[in-house]
Amino acid sequence: MGFALVSTTAGCPVNGGASDLQAQFRLRHPGAHSSTFTLDVDLTLPGKGITAIFGHSGSGKTTLLRCVAGLERPEQGRLTVNGETWQDKGLFLPTHRRPLGYVFQESSLFPHLTAQGNLDYATARCRAACSKSLYDQVIALMGIEGILHRHPAQLSGGERQRVSIARALLIQPRLLLMDEPLASLDFARKQEILPYLEKLKSTFDMPILYVSHSLDEVARLADQVVLLEQGRAIAQGAAAELFSRIDLPWPSGNEFGVVWQGEVVERNEQWHLARLVCQGSELWVRDAGEALGQQVRVRILARDVSLALACHEDSSILNRLPVTVEDIAPDRDDAMALVRLRAGSNHVIARITYRSIDHLQLLPGKQLWAQIKSVAIVR
Amino acid sequence: MISEADLAAIWLTLKLATTVTILLLLIGTPIAWWLARTRSWWKGPVGAVVALPLVLPPTVLGFYLLVAMGPNGFVGELTQSLGLGTLPFTFWGLVVGSLFYSLPFVVQPIQNAMEALGQRPLEVAATLRAGPWDRFFTVVLPLARPGFVTAAVLGFAHTVGEFGVVLMIGGNIPGETRVVSVQIYDHVEALEYAQAHVLAGGMLAFSFFVLLGLYGFQRKYPAWGLR
Repeated sequence: MGFALVSTTAGCPVNGGASDLQAQFRLRHPGAHSSTFTLDVDLTLPGKGITAIFGHSGSGKTTLLRCVAGLERPEQGRLTVNGETWQDKGLFLPTHRRPLGYVFQESSLFPHLTAQGNLDYATARCRAACSKSLYDQVIALMGIEGILHRHPAQLSGGERQRVSIARALLIQPRLLLMDEPLASLDFARKQEILPYLEKLKSTFDMPILYVSHSLDEVARLADQVVLLEQGRAIAQGAAAELFSRIDLPWPSGNEFGVVWQGEVVERNEQWHLARLVCQGSELWVRDAGEALGQQVRVRILARDVSLALACHEDSSILNRLPVTVEDIAPDRDDAMALVRLRAGSNHVIARITYRSIDHLQLLPGKQLWAQIKSVAIVR
Repeated sequence: MISEADLAAIWLTLKLATTVTILLLLIGTPIAWWLARTRSWWKGPVGAVVALPLVLPPTVLGFYLLVAMGPNGFVGELTQSLGLGTLPFTFWGLVVGSLFYSLPFVVQPIQNAMEALGQRPLEVAATLRAGPWDRFFTVVLPLARPGFVTAAVLGFAHTVGEFGVVLMIGGNIPGETRVVSVQIYDHVEALEYAQAHVLAGGMLAFSFFVLLGLYGFQRKYPAWGLR
């Protein structure tokens, strides 16, 4: 299904990894109240797949993306994308000379053009000819055939964002930048667009930088995650690996959880359940129609994991895994702790109270049972 | 009712206002663009100079222009050395005076429209490979169009209505500098009230309907009015 986009030539070929993205920026922004925000990052990111840039608001995610796009001019910057230098000492490609696509947070469609006109704006300026098949594919992928004649004001928020994404794809970018494309949408609209983003990822093989402050989106979409805090990248790694760390300043509360990769090995028609094998651990999940042998990504939220010293067969909990305590870290909530447990070759994290930790006398190395109340297939 | 001299004055007024409006849209657009975009220290002083005709008595403006364009003024010396003679008491002298006089009425609506655009549409266009000129013609001009409409209407109407500057640098030459407002003055001086009524009433109706149309237009595009 995947196919390569026709490459356009911009920038100068140089040394550096031919298939990665190297970004080093230093930028000082005078902020309000005489505070100064400084972005200071030096990243090497994979040249394909979705890399999520995750952090709280104000952590510098958008500024970083704008630096990559050339919309900000950092005091010091170096940027190489898959072997082409876009920025270095004495070199600064202006935004319109960088072969990138950008999806802004809020609707950025030109109000004086129809949806079709907005798409044509991109195809007219794309260096490579836009083949009919690519055009049709993008339109179909985003499901916007029926609304092309409308003006942006006549479109819903979700439709506008889908047209924006299609427009960014039609410029045939070598790098796609998405700045919280779902943030301005309500929950229902988000659910409407997420599947399009997942399809996008499996259809096009350009690298995507995806800025978000939603753990849910990141867990669903990202291959790689960069965690930004106060303008610095404090952690980076594969999504599954990063989400099994409890020493990072994750947002507190309900959204945090580990991500597992698994394969569907059995479908039980009687109970509408599917059995997954995730690197040795078995899980039962609701059968959402995945085919046998299909790779899926599941998410186990820390709040859905409880711990017991014995294996209770007499509970409604479907998934019970033997686990070993690895370490314990404080949650942002004073009453709560995050307990990281090893289950086979995976990690699972439980968010429980300190009182329970004391009651169960949890210490690293202790063996017990994790009861998982719910497991969500995220893809 | 309407004499041949009146018709000549009306024709001259329309010719002057049209010429001035076209020139002002060409001159005012880059000034407005610069004022809307710059972070330079010069924004304040330049903006103030552009706005001066709003507060100055037209006679003051006319006086300085008369001196500058006269045979010993620096503009006058320039035009003479180019073999154009001097500008006062000619149609083109009126045009130059009107350019200054009506400048703020053209620059400010365009500037407001451009400022209301913000940076975002331009950034979006840049990410779609549009270069600076491309962005200006395909994004700024169409999105700021209501500002241009307001600017053209106000520039035209304001030039039609000018009197003081005309009298100072144009004088009262039939077919050359005698515009409607001056013609009305002449009629009144000659106690030809009936003819004055016709022209004055025409001006009143013209001005009223221009403004009525403009306010109707601005209700549709509220962000683009005059300051």
